[in-house]
Amino acid sequence: MQISELTFYFFSVILIIGATRVITARNPVHAVMFLVLTFFTAACIWVTLEAEFLAIVLVLVYVGAVMVLFIFVVMMLDINKEIEKKKYWKWLLPILIIFGVMLLEMFLVLSERTLGIGRDQIASNKGLDYSNTKELGRLIYTEYVYAFEIAAVILLVAIVAAIALTLRVRDNKKIVNVSDQVGVDSINRIRLVSDLEPETNVQNNEEK
Amino acid sequence: MVPLQNYLILGAILFSLSIVGIVINRKNLIILLMAIELMLLAVNMNFVAFSSFLSDPSGQIFVFFVLTVAAAEAAIGLAILVILFRKTQSIDVDDIQTLKG
Repeated sequence: MQISELTFYFFSVILIIGATRVITARNPVHAVMFLVLTFFTAACIWVTLEAEFLAIVLVLVYVGAVMVLFIFVVMMLDINKEIEKKKYWKWLLPILIIFGVMLLEMFLVLSERTLGIGRDQIASNKGLDYSNTKELGRLIYTEYVYAFEIAAVILLVAIVAAIALTLRVRDNKKIVNVSDQVGVDSINRIRLVSDLEPETNVQNNEEK
Repeated sequence: MVPLQNYLILGAILFSLSIVGIVINRKNLIILLMAIELMLLAVNMNFVAFSSFLSDPSGQIFVFFVLTVAAAEAAIGLAILVILFRKTQSIDVDDIQTLKG
């Protein structure tokens, strides 16, 4: 057995165990931790597939940002007392049958004869100066530039939607009205309360 | 060398596992969202494997976009989850129907 096969099976076993624990863990925090393990292992497999840039993006964006967001929400909601430790175990038998049938179908579809792509077409003949990141950047900014801009808009919409959904305006907040504050006249700004010129003071108040 | 089929079967196993997770975790919306993330990871695994074996980097561009959409989906989904918990003190999927209107 070659070292590449050994690495692949090692990472695959960790990946499948991690995914199984994600869906069976009782504590949501443990589930998030196993999801981090799963994503990290998937990034390792992608490195062996010569997709280095995406592997780093998976670690940075997913493990670094999205998983932290999950952990943040899990810990903020304080659902440990809330969740009854119950899953839908009575659905386990039918879904296991569906699991088996789906796997069997995918095995049949993805077999080497059906697919026509064999093991000898791996692209390991790239030069030493080949850069995965440079190639992806060239593609993104030439062929897929419109899709790239749409992706940027999707991220913007996600930001606006997340803030607009969770924004909570309280009634007792003392928010300064900026337009009132800027458009104030000098007549409103000073009110003389001393009795130096009582007439003008009264006059000012009447003008208001 | 590891053949392409092993990567595809690994993706298939991940995808099926996440479907099992969606069915048996309907009490907990957070784990359900995590199962959806696992499903997207399985799809990305297929994309990367095909891209590597066909020497075509376009597949990795699609993984890039799938990651973008998945991040947006996670953000909005967690925001909805926070509102749901604030309204009903529960994250059961069955309680989402009280959010209408």
